[in-house]
Formats: sequence, C-alpha cells, structure tokens
Amino acid sequence: MSKDLDFRYLALAAVAGLIFGFGLYVTQMTDPLKVLHFLDFTAIPTGGWDPSLAFVMVSALIVMFVAVRVGRTWRKPLFDVRFNEPEFTRIDAPLVIGAALFGIGWGMSGICPGPAISLIAFWPQNLLIYLLALFVGSYGGSFVIPSGREKRLAMAQ
Amino acid sequence: MESFTPITATLGGLLIGLSAAMLWLGNGRIAGMSGIFGQLLPPGRTVVWRIVFLASLVAGAALAAWLFPALGNSPQLAAPPAWFTGGAPLWVAASGLLTGFGTKIGNGCTSGHGVCGLARLSKRSFVAVGIFFGVAILTVTLTGIV
Repeated sequence: MSKDLDFRYLALAAVAGLIFGFGLYVTQMTDPLKVLHFLDFTAIPTGGWDPSLAFVMVSALIVMFVAVRVGRTWRKPLFDVRFNEPEFTRIDAPLVIGAALFGIGWGMSGICPGPAISLIAFWPQNLLIYLLALFVGSYGGSFVIPSGREKRLAMAQ
Repeated sequence: MESFTPITATLGGLLIGLSAAMLWLGNGRIAGMSGIFGQLLPPGRTVVWRIVFLASLVAGAALAAWLFPALGNSPQLAAPPAWFTGGAPLWVAASGLLTGFGTKIGNGCTSGHGVCGLARLSKRSFVAVGIFFGVAILTVTLTGIV
C-alpha cells in the first residue's frame, strides 16, 4: 500500500510544491518569453541573450546533488519505505526520440511542464489549450511507454 | 544582455533545488513535473500526493507573484512566428502535444531529467538533457519565434 493518505507524506508534498512554485516565479521561468530568450542562441553575438536559465539549473542542481549524496547514506526516505529511484538505465530509442520531440515542443513556446502548470496562477490566453494538449500528448505516450516501475523493468528484460 | 537576472535566477533555483531535495529525502520521490502530471490518469495508484503537489505549485507561484509583483505577474504565451498562418491556438496545441508525448516516452522534462536526473548522475538524464536543450535551441533558431 502506498503512503498516499499519510498526513506527513502529503504535508511534505504540499510544502515542496509550494516552494517549487514560489521558486519558479522568483526565477521568472514562468514567463515563456524569458525562457525563449535563453534558448535563442542567435542573440549571443548581438548581446541579446539571457543566460538566466543556466543559473537556475546550476543552483537547483547543486542543492539536489547534495541531497542525493545525503540520501545515499540513508536506508529509506523519512516518510516512505524506499527511494523511488528509476532503475531503468539503458539509453533507448524512446528516450532519444522523446527528448527530441520535447525539445521541439519546448522551443516552439518556451513552456515546459513545470512552468505550464504554475502558469495556471496567471491564466494567460491559450494556456488551457496548451494544458489539454499536454495531457492528451502524455496520455498518448502512455500507450507507447507503460507507466510504473514494474512494467518499465519488464520491458527492459 | 536582454534582462539578465542572475540573482533572482540563483535564489529561485536554490528554492527549486530545496523543493526537489525535500521531496526526495522526505518521500523518496523525484520532483519531475511531467511524471507527477503524467501519472494522474489510471492506472496511477499514487494520485493524491500528485494533486496536492501540483495544486501547491500553483499556489506557490501565486503567492510569490502577490509578494513580488514587480518580477512580472502577467506572463503571456509567446505569439507564433510570423510565417505561421495557422493561428496561435494551433501552434500552442502542437507545442503542448509534442511536450506531453515527448516527456512521456522520454521519461522526463526539465525538472525530472534536468534537476533530479543530473543530480543522481543518471546516464539517461545526461543524454535527455543534452538532446532537449539542443533541439529546443535549434527549434527557436529555425522557427524564428523570438
């Protein structure tokens, strides 16, 4: 049985979500144009490039890197029986193709899933269309790649 | 440089890292948005925490915008490039579909592969991040959306 209705487990998810959304707004990565100004490398020679996203990634990575090191010395996380670490390690076609398709989708709008959901707070025009499409795309993908650890591992055999 | 904001980018990035660290050390879960979002539908067995996390994500952004409106509390979706005559809704839908499908079969997005996967030194994540950043940069260049 999952810990899905454990109060501490859900409280932690709530606080973590709050901090993530707060942080995302502070970085201004909720603004698709800001992200596009990072992805637009053609602006580097003219001085119009915005490297902010790299600072976001590196600072988040440093904190998470330390947390992963700490976690390696623990038998289990605080509120569950095990770390849900992906055990599938092979570089396969779905990974490569999926990352490429996501890259196209991201480059077309400057929106990736985290900012997409936090944008609900601001409800810009056409966001609903984006979110519905995101959901449909994700659901479609689940027919190609099964969700869940057991199925994924079984596929890898 | 076009409104380069290294200080807020770093501070916000540290918060994002803190959130991912809490979810990992507390619940043993990866703070990957596409995964949290994508496994809401059946046969997802762990739905409640995902909904709680996503609702709090929206609340966190709203709270920050209320406290610091000057950072820009009315973001808009980018208009499609001038050569595209199909209209903004179609462009936006295509972007969402590709992102949903791609992150599903590729098992992650900017947060799951980008922050958590790289921190775990996952080979798959290094490959995915290299590809989606590269392709996104190429897409912006080729479409001329900016």
